[in-house]
Amino acid sequence: MPNHDVILCRCEDVTVRDIHDAIDEGYYTLEEIKRVTRVGMGPCQGRTCLMLILRELSVLTDQPIESLLPDTYRPPTKSVSFDLFGGHPKQGGGAHGF
Amino acid sequence: MVSNAEIVIIGGGISGCAIAYNLAKKGMKNIVLLEKDYIASGATGRCGAGIRQQWAAEMNCQVAKLSREFFETAEETLGYDHDIEFKQKGYLILAATEEEDKQSKENVALQNSLGIDSRYISLEEAKKIVPILNTTDFISATYCKDDGHLNPWHTTLAFAKAAERLGVKIYTHTEVTGIDHQNEKIIGVQSNKGYIQTDKVVNAAGGHAQVIGEMAGIELPVYSERRQILVTEPVAPILDPMVISFSKDIYCQQVPHGAFIMGRGGENEPRDLKHSTSWDFLEKMTETALSILPDLKNTRVLRQWSGMYNFSPDKQPIYGDVPELKGLYLAIGFSGHGFMFGPATGLLMAEFILGEKTTIPIDKLHISRFEKGELIEEASVV
Ligand SMILES: Cc1cc2nc3c(=O)[nH]c(=O)nc-3n(C[C@H](O)[C@H](O)[C@H](O)COP(=O)(O)OP(=O)(O)OC[C@H]3O[C@@H](n4cnc5c(N)ncnc54)[C@H](O)[C@@H]3O)c2cc1C
Repeated sequence: MPNHDVILCRCEDVTVRDIHDAIDEGYYTLEEIKRVTRVGMGPCQGRTCLMLILRELSVLTDQPIESLLPDTYRPPTKSVSFDLFGGHPKQGGGAHGF
Repeated sequence: MVSNAEIVIIGGGISGCAIAYNLAKKGMKNIVLLEKDYIASGATGRCGAGIRQQWAAEMNCQVAKLSREFFETAEETLGYDHDIEFKQKGYLILAATEEEDKQSKENVALQNSLGIDSRYISLEEAKKIVPILNTTDFISATYCKDDGHLNPWHTTLAFAKAAERLGVKIYTHTEVTGIDHQNEKIIGVQSNKGYIQTDKVVNAAGGHAQVIGEMAGIELPVYSERRQILVTEPVAPILDPMVISFSKDIYCQQVPHGAFIMGRGGENEPRDLKHSTSWDFLEKMTETALSILPDLKNTRVLRQWSGMYNFSPDKQPIYGDVPELKGLYLAIGFSGHGFMFGPATGLLMAEFILGEKTTIPIDKLHISRFEKGELIEEASVV
């Protein structure tokens, strides 16, 4: 039994308990759980936590992991700054403008 | 699943949920709402959720104002236990051409006459409201401090949960596959989870409105086109209002969580009902955003996604019934501004269905306007 205070999603501080609560509320697809908890929606875009979440969801809702995989791809795969696309001259390191 | 209903509402976006809530509040029993995916999975959960009263057509000003008033107390009214994140810090609409500048002045005069607190302002004033704004390409602006934006997922869930507490039965992951009719009257709805007998159906299926029409054997004058949108990483609060420019083709906001969300109309967007995305969008979107808000240059884009605009011939919603098929009601064709009309859609449609006098006359939005050639003209759309 996992410790319920363990953080699954480090970008948005989502714990195992948050995922369980969402499932208890009746949400059983990844898309819904993302919207309820913000899990996987931070800067890493789920690269660290997605499999952990899918495993919890799979066990708790008794669905195979393959059936839970996200069906739409939402680029960019890795976050990129505006000036990289926008064609303006690049400046300095990765610090935010504000 | 139940086998009969007083009314079946198709679609769990803001329109369907608000209609269900209002009907239940007015005392209708045995209301069923069917949603093929989950609540707000369509355009609603994918949208910018901006709400503005700064319109050029009187009808739009009124519908938007009625909705804005509702949003201000929506959390209490709907008894929702979560923040719906209404950031009421205005809309700043930038005019880049002489034509837009002229239109702005006319719009403000009309809006003020309807009790909407908008103003025609100079670029200096605009810069006070948005200090990071690059005003180079603009002439003037209009501003209404009561406009703003919300979290569309929580707003819609607030309607859905309030509706459920009033007895509405909501079935998610339930897809309507057929509409049964006899002698020009609705008699039932077929879904992948079972058949429901009913003589009233509301088509609130957003991007799929025309598909529902086909099921009922009715050709609806609407089509859907993809629109894309992106979100950045959260950064410190720096932008209060929603900023938009029609000619530059951009709307941009910073949500309370810190992320920037922005979108554009685009050219040649597909009409295939798919939620695909394009590289081209990222390029053009970031270029326009940087020209207006250069400080965004180091901010990172996290993801882009898309949703459907359901367009009607005059880019205004279609409310009301359908002359050829008794029992079919329409709340469709929102053409990119159906979120901000949501609360009004719910109220006005419920009043109409129950045969009450509607709070705002909606006969001008009836489907028959296209045959009669009485289209509504609206100059200010993204
Ligand atoms: C990128 C983008 C940005 C936008 N920005 C704004 C904005 O800033 N402000 C604004 O006011 N509006 C905005 N809009 C428009 C707004 O999102 C829509 O007008 C509004 O959400 C429409 O709500 P709806 O409930 O009518 O439709 P939807 O939210 O699309 O809901 C329809 C529902 O019906 C379901 N459905 C479809 N077919 C079936 C079936 N056969 N059986 C069961 N269910 C079915 C769908 O799954 C869907 O959930 C934007 C739209 C997009 C795409």
